[in-house]
Order: sequence, then structure tokens, then C-alpha cells
Amino acid sequence: MSEQTAGRIDLTRRRPWSERIIESLLFVAAALGVVTTIGIVVILAVQTLAFFQQVDPIAFLTGTVWSASIQPYQFGVLALVSGTLLVAAIAMLIGVPLGLLSAILLAEYASDRVRNTIKPVLETIAGIPTIVLGFFAINFLTPDVLKPIFGSAIGPFSALAGGIVVGILITPLIASISEDAMRAVPRGLREGAFAMGATRLEVIREVVLPAAISGIMASIILALSRAIGETMAVVLAVGTFPQFSFNPLESVQTMTAFIVQIVQGETSQGSIQFLSLFAVAMVLFVMTFALNLLSAWFVRRYRMTY
Amino acid sequence: MAGATAAPSAPAAPRFEPDRMRRKLAGTLFYGACLAAIAILILALIALLLNVLVSGVPWLSMDFLTGVSSRRPENAGIWPALIGSIQLAIIVAAITFPLGIGAAVYLAEYAPDNRITRLMQTNIGNLAGVPSIIYGIFGLAIFVRLLGLGPVLFSGAATLSLVILPLVIIASIEALKAVPQAQREGAYALGASRWQMVKGSVLPAAAPGIMTGIILAMARAIGEAAPLVVVGAATLVLTTPQPFEGGFTVLPIQIFNWAQRPQEAFQGLAAATIIVVLILIFLLNLLALVVRARLSRHIQW
Repeated sequence: MSEQTAGRIDLTRRRPWSERIIESLLFVAAALGVVTTIGIVVILAVQTLAFFQQVDPIAFLTGTVWSASIQPYQFGVLALVSGTLLVAAIAMLIGVPLGLLSAILLAEYASDRVRNTIKPVLETIAGIPTIVLGFFAINFLTPDVLKPIFGSAIGPFSALAGGIVVGILITPLIASISEDAMRAVPRGLREGAFAMGATRLEVIREVVLPAAISGIMASIILALSRAIGETMAVVLAVGTFPQFSFNPLESVQTMTAFIVQIVQGETSQGSIQFLSLFAVAMVLFVMTFALNLLSAWFVRRYRMTY
Repeated sequence: MAGATAAPSAPAAPRFEPDRMRRKLAGTLFYGACLAAIAILILALIALLLNVLVSGVPWLSMDFLTGVSSRRPENAGIWPALIGSIQLAIIVAAITFPLGIGAAVYLAEYAPDNRITRLMQTNIGNLAGVPSIIYGIFGLAIFVRLLGLGPVLFSGAATLSLVILPLVIIASIEALKAVPQAQREGAYALGASRWQMVKGSVLPAAAPGIMTGIILAMARAIGEAAPLVVVGAATLVLTTPQPFEGGFTVLPIQIFNWAQRPQEAFQGLAAATIIVVLILIFLLNLLALVVRARLSRHIQW
């Protein structure tokens, strides 16, 4: 008898306070991301402004000579930006064809047997710590592959070696996002083209690639952002010689490698060198953030297509 | 006028190759190029693994695992770095587990569809693309300086947690969204409150995906070095690291230090350390598979 009354629920009761506390806690966890973003922007902005008290922003953004440790000090960030873009460009030259061809193979050709070989290869490469690729660049790629090809023209550190290993590490990223985009192309489109007598290559070129182009672009832009922000592979492979040069056989310095060099050395924390780290980080943040937004815009476009 | 009507058909005309043999040949060549791309990747992977094994295996020994860093390569070991990496992975998991799942549950199950929610979602996507070294600068400013923790293991772990949180949240949201709506309605029909529904019905169903995401993110954290260099991982640590005091080092930092030295012996030590890291990452991947299989035993829809 009494069991029945105990089980009855008062439907007029408001949501219990425990439910509201839990919801607030979950909200705090979700809001942490926004706090982190604001924190990053504020820290970089404050220190960059402090840096601009001592260095003219125009000279910083347009100068091509970077000399942070040898007097006379010069902070022309283009020397670091050019090094970064050179490495990223080489990486894209390697990663885009390798990634796209792998994606096409996976999405359009592969039997289950081939898939089961390729997927683990790509996943393994994606899981390798980037410092390992840097080690591979200086311990094998440069002495055993590039030296025999280029001879004395290439030094122990080069933009080429760094670009190649970064290219390898962005390949799985391009492959997996592009494959998803190609798989999202409806079967009917392909079958229509086959019915009109197109060969498989013609279907890929005329139907699949144009239909998946937004997703493919998104993957390429994301990979570029990744290549620009890559640190450990590049620090080991390209060296620490900041110069405004586009010769892939020479040593350069990327923005990320400069940051590592400064925090590794015994730079005192209020010094101009230490402040320059934040200005460089700000440039890096703005570049990668803009690319990420662009990539997200492409993704939204390709979601709307179907 | 004639040009305007001809224009739409013009681009299509030259693309058609009437010779069937040539069309087939082009297709075969392209397929060959696709296979060549994969062959290059496989070769690169094999070269990398062989290079690491050949350089590193001679240096692997019990003394290498239990020793400390030394100027004499034959005496050098990785004990402080190994323990540092394991402690780091555990602390990172302890931080990301509640925060990652909490954020994902809020965004997937609670959040109203409004501007603030969309801002939070877009923001997490953007954070996943921020270079990890930038997080290092954030960690240096917040954990090391502002909170006054100093360059200790916990500062590094907290920083790495921020690096991998977006990945954990994205994977968890996907796992939560894959749970069928009927699962939620069933719980509500039994009189569950929203939290009871999430805790008792949705989370268990999404657990395989969420746990896989967290373990794979730990594997990523174990290989990360850039943010830790900025936070202040020390180059020479001779004692077992403590979470809140003293200098700390981890395996990727140890690799970085040795790889920077040109002598062959130190390159060998770096390779041997790489083997240990790769084994740890492999074990975590294996764990992810096992956990996934065990947790999804009772789920079927």
C-alpha cells in the first residue's frame, strides 16, 4: 500500500537544484575553450604591444633581417616568415599530391584488401610524434638521400629536408579529410557518368573531384596551417639560421624554431629577445587562425551542397 | 552573340578524347600514379622505422631504461624521462577525462541552439588548429607564472591537456551524437531527469567512442614536445620527477636533446628513446582497441 504512494512523483515540482548544479558545471567545462582562446589572445597582444614600445611595428612587419642575438639587433620578421613559408611550400608540394592520390585510391579504387593495407599505413604515419620525423630528417634523409643527390650544395640543415618530413606528416591529414569529402559524393552522380560511357578516371576528374572540391580545399588549407605551425620536426631539420632566402638547400629558421631557440637559451625574461618571441607567436597565431577560419568556411560550403 | 552561345559548350568539347585505347591508357597511368603515391608513403615509413631500429637497438638495455642522463653515452639512461612521460600521461588523462566529457555532454545534450553555443562549437574547432607551441606560451604565462607553479611536471601536464582537450571534445561529441534518439526517449519514459538520462543511458552507450578518443589523445600527448619546451622542461634531470616540485623531463624532450648532438653515440641514444616512445604509443593504441571492444559488448542497435 505505502509502496505506491512512495513511488508517486509530484509533477508540479521544479527541477531539483542538483540538476541545475550539474548543468552549470558542464557549462563551465564547455566554456573553458572560450576562456583559453581569450587568454591566448590577451597574453600575445599585451606582450606584443610591449615589444612594439621598443621596436617599430612597421620595421618588424616589413624588415627582412632577423638578428635577435647578435648586435646590432634587428627584428625583421619577414626573414622568419619566408623561412616558414618556404618549408610549408615544399611540404605542400609533397603532401598535396601524396595525400590526394591516396584519398582517390581509398575512395574510388580500393578493394577491401587494398584499403586494409593503406589505412594502417596512413594512421601509423599520423601517430608518429613529429620529433621522430625531425630525427629522421637529420639522421637519414639528409646524409643518406639528399647528400648523394645534391652533394656539397646541401648542408646538414636545409629547408628541403624540413619540408619533406613536414610533407610526410601532413599527408594523412589531407588524405583522410579528402577521402571523406569524396565519399560524400552521391553514388548516383558517378553511376550517371559511367552510364554515359566515362572511364573511371573521367568519372573522378569530371564528377567526383568537382563535387568534392570544397572538402578537398578545406583539407589542403588545414594542412598548410599545420605545416606553418609545425615545430619539433622543423627545429631539428632546418636549423637556426634566419635569412630571407628561398633556396631550399640552405638552412633557414621558421617562426616556431625561433620560439624554441629563445626559450631554450638563457634569455632573461624582460629582455627584448624574450618579448620578440611573443610578437613572432602573434604573427604565427594570426596566420594559422586565418587559415583555420578559411578551412572551416570551405567545410560549411561542402556540407550545404548535398 | 555567336561567341556567347558557343561559350558554354566550348570547354566541354576538347576534353573528350575519342580514342578509346588512349582513354583507357590514361586511366591505367593514373591508377599507377595512385599506387606509386602509396608506395612512396610505405617506403618512407619503412625507411623511418628501419633507420630508428638500426641506430637505436644496440643502445637498448635494462641499464638504459633505469639509468639517468649522462655526458658519457655508454652510461646514459632515460629513467627520469620515462617516469616523467608516464606521470604526464596519467595527469593529462585525469584532467581531460572530466573536462572533455563535461564539455562534450554540455554541447551535445544540454546546450540550447543559440549564438553562445555556436560560438563555443566554432571555437573548439579553431582551438584544435592552433599550433601546440602557442599553447606552450599560454601555459608559461598562466600555470608557470600567474599561478606560480613554476616549470614543474604539473604545469606541463596542464598545458598538454589544453592541447588535446579540443580533440577529446570533438571525438566525444561525435560519439554522443551517434547514440540513437530512442535511447534518450526510453530513459525519459522511465521518468529519468536529464542528468539521469545522460548518466544512465547516453554516456554508457557512447563510452566506447569517448574512451577511444581519450586514449588516442593520450598517445598524442606522450609524443608532444613543443609546448613542454616552452613551459620549461629541463634539459638535464637526474632524479625521478615529482608532479609539483623540481625540474622535469619527458621522453620527447630527451630525444630532442640527444638528436641535437652530432655525435653518432648520441644519435643512437635518441633512436633508442624513440623506440621506447613508439612502443608506449603502440601500447596505448592497443589499449584503445581492447577498451573499445569490451565497452561495446552490450551495445547493439
